[in-house]
Amino acid sequence: MRAGMVIVGAGECGGRAALALRELGFDRPVTLVGDEPHLPYERPPLSKEAMTGEAPAIKAIASDELLAERSIRHIHSVQVVAIDRATHEVRLSDGSSLPYEKLLLATGSTPRRLPMPGLGARCVYLRTFNDALAIRAHLRAGNRVAIIGGGFIGLELAAAARKFAADVTVIEAQPRILMRGVPAEIAAIIHQAHEAEGVRVLTGQGIATIADDGAEVRITLADAREVVADLAVIGIGAVPVTALAAEAGLTIDNGIAVDAGLRTSDPDIFAAGDCCSFPLAVYGGRRVRLEAWRNAQEQGALAARNMLGAGEAHIAVPWFWSDQYGLTLQIAGLSDEGRSVVRRDLGDGAFILFHLAEDGRLVAASGIGPGNAVARDIRLAEMLIAKRATPDREALGSQAFKLKSLLAA
Amino acid sequence: MSDWVEACRVGEIDEEDVMRFDHAGRTFAIYRSPDDDYFATDGLCTHEKVHLADGLVMDDIIECPKHNGRFNYKTGAARGAPVCVNLKTYPVKVEAGAVMIQIG
Repeated sequence: MRAGMVIVGAGECGGRAALALRELGFDRPVTLVGDEPHLPYERPPLSKEAMTGEAPAIKAIASDELLAERSIRHIHSVQVVAIDRATHEVRLSDGSSLPYEKLLLATGSTPRRLPMPGLGARCVYLRTFNDALAIRAHLRAGNRVAIIGGGFIGLELAAAARKFAADVTVIEAQPRILMRGVPAEIAAIIHQAHEAEGVRVLTGQGIATIADDGAEVRITLADAREVVADLAVIGIGAVPVTALAAEAGLTIDNGIAVDAGLRTSDPDIFAAGDCCSFPLAVYGGRRVRLEAWRNAQEQGALAARNMLGAGEAHIAVPWFWSDQYGLTLQIAGLSDEGRSVVRRDLGDGAFILFHLAEDGRLVAASGIGPGNAVARDIRLAEMLIAKRATPDREALGSQAFKLKSLLAA
Repeated sequence: MSDWVEACRVGEIDEEDVMRFDHAGRTFAIYRSPDDDYFATDGLCTHEKVHLADGLVMDDIIECPKHNGRFNYKTGAARGAPVCVNLKTYPVKVEAGAVMIQIG
């Protein structure tokens, strides 16, 4: 059997990488190995449309026909259990092996587990389409849903659950929701939106005990209050899937460590998407790991180019969005790089916070508003961040001033 | 069918920009290119039915405001992930200060 490219993980990143290899003209075997039973699919809808739509279905990145037409072999429902770097082979859970020329690890991330006793069948996590289906089955009027963790997955899920008129409580141990990466001003608006829609949001509340008897979950908070739910969804972050890489002796550093070209400590093995940590050029090589759809997409495509020898560096600016009720939040860059903030109001309650470094460089922009009100200016901000621009503060703060004109400068 | 309808007045759209136009239950996006020509496409992205008029025009590209799917608005051609289905385009003419599109 001719070796070719093997991709471990058939999510957004792996799927995009496989398609990109063919678009780039690679003509030896491309094999995509995934542990889920589905075609590669988009995960963002799982906490949004897949929860509220009429008939939940996966949003496939590639159909069976497209995979066949591109001669991409998709092995599903199987795990890669070992990498033999010496012989350039991976071993699968069904006992078979696959040879590789270059290997891409797109193993993604997995929900962080709540390290507490008392969890049972009614305490669940959301990562896969099957997880989403299981949660959806519990969303109906009056059903009590407790969401542990006021992060994006939990909050989007809370919004979805309210569409079914479920009785929703969000429990967040931190003093406010969205502590990580979202400015307080924007988190406050999201908090208010949830309360206006009838969600109970309890912040600054650690959990003392959980008791799940299989019929209901009894959560006792640090202040002795009790939340009783028919379903508890735990959304307290994600951890990179690195065991396979670690067992193969690859360097791990908050994820599978890769260089700017997404190469691991083994030159024939690449890693991309949620599972890897990489140096972010726009912030002077600061090592980060991103759990974001667009990053998975872009790094999948870049890994494909570099597996074919392009030698390109990942230079993109992180970008992220969330939809809750009629609000959309978009963030470009990492706001913790900023030292001061300029606010730009866009009307209809929409606004953008521009985060500037000490030297005046634009390092991030966080926006929120109805529909896609902030999209254009966030996109322009992203380009300014990539250019390492030091825009005029007054121009940033005035809606009358077009951001596009700053790009030409 | 040759249904020409007025979408907007000349100058109502900035150069290198886009505007939404709704007509008879349909929605379109009308573009003015940097070299001052007008173009028209379906109003919704082929990925997730988002209004393209909220997106950014750069040269001959419209970028979807939601997930950054890109299209050449002059030809409708999809330009990379996540979009893979082309955008339908419509003939445009400028007559007596009006931007007309043939919605057929």
